[in-house]
Amino acid sequence: MKDKLEQIKAAALDSIAAAADLDQINEIRVRYLGKKGELTTILRGMGALSAEERPLAGQLANEVRQSIETELGRKTEALKEEEKLGRLQEETIDVTLPGRPFQVGRRHPLIMVLDEIKDIFLGLGFEIAEGPEVELDYYNFEALNFPPDHPARDMQDSFYIDEGILLRTHTSPVQPRLMEKRAPYIPVKAIGPGKVYRRDDDATHSPMFHQVEGFIIDKNISFSDLKGILLIVVRQMFGEDREIRLRPSFFPFTEPSAEVDVSCIMCNGKGCRVCSNTGWLEILGAGMIHPNVLKMSGYDPEEVTGFAFGIGIERVAMLKYGIDDLRLLFDNDKRFLAQF
Amino acid sequence: MRVSYKWLREYVDIPVSPEELAERMTMAGVAVENIEYPGKGIEKVVTAKIEKIEPHPDANKLVVCRINTGSEILQVVTGAPNVREGQVILLALVGGEIPGMKITRAKLRGVESFGMLCSAQELGLDPENFPPAQREGILEFPEDTRLGMDARELLGLDDAILELELTPNRADCLSMTGVAREVSAVLGTALKLPEIRVAEIEEAIDGKVTVEIKNPELCGRYVARLVRNVKIGPSPVWMQQRLQAAGVRPISNIVDVTNYVMMEMGQPLHAFDYDKLAQQAIIVRRAREGEKMFSLDNTERELNPDMLVITDPTGPVAIAGVMGGLDTEITGETGSVLIEAAYFKPAGIHRTSKNLALRSESSARFEKGIDINGCLAAADRACQLIQEMGGGRPVKGAVDNFPAPPANPVIRLRPERVALIMGIPVPGEQVRDIMTRLGFGVTEDGSDFMVEVPTRRGDISTEIDLIEEVARLFGYNNIPTTLPEGASTEGRKSEAQVMADTICNLMAECGLNEIITLSFMNPRAFDMLNLPQEHTLRNAVTVQNPLSEEQRVLRTTMLPGILDILSRNTARKNRDLAFFEMGRIFIPEKGLKLPQEKLTLAAAVMGKTRAGWQSAAQEMDFYYLKGVLETLLDTLNIRKYNLVPENREISCHPGRTARVEIGGETLGVIGEIHPNVAENYRLNERVYVMQLDVETLLRFAGGVKQYSPLPRYPAMERDMAIVVSKDIMAGDINRIIRKSAGNLLERISLFDVYQGSQIKEGFKSMGFSLRFQSPERTLTDEEVNVIHQKIQQALKDNFQAELRG
Ligand SMILES: [Zn+2]
Repeated sequence: MKDKLEQIKAAALDSIAAAADLDQINEIRVRYLGKKGELTTILRGMGALSAEERPLAGQLANEVRQSIETELGRKTEALKEEEKLGRLQEETIDVTLPGRPFQVGRRHPLIMVLDEIKDIFLGLGFEIAEGPEVELDYYNFEALNFPPDHPARDMQDSFYIDEGILLRTHTSPVQPRLMEKRAPYIPVKAIGPGKVYRRDDDATHSPMFHQVEGFIIDKNISFSDLKGILLIVVRQMFGEDREIRLRPSFFPFTEPSAEVDVSCIMCNGKGCRVCSNTGWLEILGAGMIHPNVLKMSGYDPEEVTGFAFGIGIERVAMLKYGIDDLRLLFDNDKRFLAQF
Repeated sequence: MRVSYKWLREYVDIPVSPEELAERMTMAGVAVENIEYPGKGIEKVVTAKIEKIEPHPDANKLVVCRINTGSEILQVVTGAPNVREGQVILLALVGGEIPGMKITRAKLRGVESFGMLCSAQELGLDPENFPPAQREGILEFPEDTRLGMDARELLGLDDAILELELTPNRADCLSMTGVAREVSAVLGTALKLPEIRVAEIEEAIDGKVTVEIKNPELCGRYVARLVRNVKIGPSPVWMQQRLQAAGVRPISNIVDVTNYVMMEMGQPLHAFDYDKLAQQAIIVRRAREGEKMFSLDNTERELNPDMLVITDPTGPVAIAGVMGGLDTEITGETGSVLIEAAYFKPAGIHRTSKNLALRSESSARFEKGIDINGCLAAADRACQLIQEMGGGRPVKGAVDNFPAPPANPVIRLRPERVALIMGIPVPGEQVRDIMTRLGFGVTEDGSDFMVEVPTRRGDISTEIDLIEEVARLFGYNNIPTTLPEGASTEGRKSEAQVMADTICNLMAECGLNEIITLSFMNPRAFDMLNLPQEHTLRNAVTVQNPLSEEQRVLRTTMLPGILDILSRNTARKNRDLAFFEMGRIFIPEKGLKLPQEKLTLAAAVMGKTRAGWQSAAQEMDFYYLKGVLETLLDTLNIRKYNLVPENREISCHPGRTARVEIGGETLGVIGEIHPNVAENYRLNERVYVMQLDVETLLRFAGGVKQYSPLPRYPAMERDMAIVVSKDIMAGDINRIIRKSAGNLLERISLFDVYQGSQIKEGFKSMGFSLRFQSPERTLTDEEVNVIHQKIQQALKDNFQAELRG
């Protein structure tokens, strides 16, 4: 009996070890442990044993059953694991195949630059002012202290619509327009982004282009404040290690006036093709608001002062994105637009 | 303005290089745009004498010269036509260079040559600046010229020309003395302007010339001087060289002097042949209507009363400040010269020179404003130079008609104001020093300065002008960097600005690329859009002086811009296009000076979406663009809107276009471009466009979305398929379903529309998925069935709908 049991155990464990899949495991279970299985059959024959032998044989039979079941369980787990691994193996995909194309459009680079500049000034407490693109000569020139015979008022340079009406040649008219509305309230801090128009059309000029005007009016605003604000703006726009340089210049609506250069973003001021080897890039004009401008729009220049500046957006966009041809910005070629 | 560094050094001490000078001037406000080195590329070119000329043994067009450079005798072969023995010429030595060429030893037809004789052209000079005989061949110089002298020194090319880019306020720098004053102020070095002294003859001008100014509003001063015994000839070499450096071509002594004084002092002069002036009387007046005169360039000029002319009693002899007349021109026979130094008002000269399309160095200076107090000195200076060069003998005295001499302005300058504007206090001593360096008179009044400004600085009339002078000479880059200290302000976008950003960002997220087109349009585009003549969109704002017909009017619709871009891209074989633009259209308003500027959103799609290896390309059709519109309206929280079929939109397909309505107003139009219009734009695929009024969008935007509680009870789904006539619109079916279902119907989704062989001709089948839900309880099958049947009945009643399947 005992030998028989040992034999069964050995045979069962051998076949479990040899089993290749779960079906075979089931077969083995049925063959040894099933109702008509070998072990069951043997246990049924236990009646023929003596009373002393029976408990021993019973115990042994249980042990055999136990180890067969344990082994069956272990093997089942192993086979399942193997099968899972096999399945995962089979499910391998080519991760280098391209992803599903999402159709995403892009904002225009000029608009992205405008947005960036707006964000910088919003952070500095500026509001965003707007004005018409078809403008009165009064706001475009007169209220900005342009004398009546200033060359800029020539038909040569501006698009005229009617007597005293033209397409604004700069965003500066937002200054007198907003000042008239606010005077004598202070402070006023605003930028005026938008389209402007000049009668020029060649490789480096578009008859329509974009500017951002900015200005502050308050008590005790000084030229040094202008420098401080511009330095912040330039560093946010072009990087923390940029420097600025101001050169005296002339605009009818500011005095003192300045052209503002930023240390070249291509060569860090060492001199290169982009900066014509000067190390500096001219990016904006600025100055202290002329007392006549304050006066005409309702402020007392003895009480308040202010500064103003104007940034050309096309130039900034070209520098920022490394665009070497202005015309690309208004060409609207899909292959260009999709790059941003 | 071109400024010779060498010439400038005659008038002011310059202890720095041209490059440093340029930098210092630029940083003080007179920008030096460029430095030109006229002697660049000329090396080892020296004066030499041709000792002997022999024929070339093998070439009859060449000769062999023995040339003395002062230190050696060289053999040089040349083909120059004007060589002769004893001539002093310029020889480029072996190892030297002329522009574009290095000089080496050469063999010409077997004869060795050690150098090259130079013509003006070969040295990079303008031959027109030399006597006619020398324009073709080599240059020659007086026989007593020192031999071995460097050509750059001889020709005055050892110089640097600073090109000034002057701002319009700095007319005072349109002269060498003006620039010298500026340099003296910037560098703080001494001025040494030429001393003006005229050696006059006994004869006095009294009774020889009269000057009458009829229009003092156009002519503020007129100075005349007379020079007798005039001998016309070339001006001295030094003067010719300086004129050339300044970009002026030498002509003859008298003309050169007038130009030279203009360059030196900024005062334009004119020289008349005195004997040709009738009655020796100058009358300055407005031209008469129809009056005519031949100007120096031999052109008959038609004059009008807007122009100021210099006349004698018989008629005009010059157009004031612009150009002289032919009749009184200086010629070889001229014996006496009348020199005019006048002040003409800038605006008048500007108008006249524009009207006649005549611009000259002289009109440019008058236009920008010259120094009214400088006229007499300039006339004197001219007489002095003519006399010194032996060109004539100045008569004693001048006629100076100066109706209203202006006093120098005296301006109060408050140190505290300087500190306030600049942001840093500037010590009084330094302010005074800057004013003095500029040549301004300074006195004190308490703690303030009283500054007297000479009339040559016409740009300075108020305190802020003086503060600018202090700031620029103090140095902008010496001013500290601070931040404004006032009350803090709130920086934020308006609601409209935020929403405009939201809209554009969403359009990009929906797959459309943003474009920027010009606000101009070609009126012909209205024809391309097939608009009838009386269409309101044709009423556009017209530009009076457009650059081209394509930019004649301001856009009244965004369509031409976006269609042009589709067209351009198509022509370049860019396919599958999806664009949007937000910009203003310009609608003329009766009774208003300015047009209405309406912010408008335009979008256009054409072609397919991008296909992947596992996903097919999607047609960008009406429903694609409508999907974009729905997403946009949903984002802006606009729920109640209707798309109404629109067949009167002339540029669009009558059966594939809808008006978007909100609250009884039209928001815009969405639809397919009419095939005729597409053809006009050479678009050979279907194009879908949408144009919305942004202001209306903003007005109806629903504000912040409010949360609605998540359902707590399960929903029940029912599908329903119906067959209806194909003309019945989904929107109408939707409305009936909603109406008949009541508020337990939570959602309707249309999942299928089918027309074809399974369905009878003229009908379509539509599959709806209906979702029922109650916020209060779980619905029972029975009650949903009841609603479902009500819906079906309503569809039968309204559309004769048949149930399917
Ligand atoms: Zn650089």
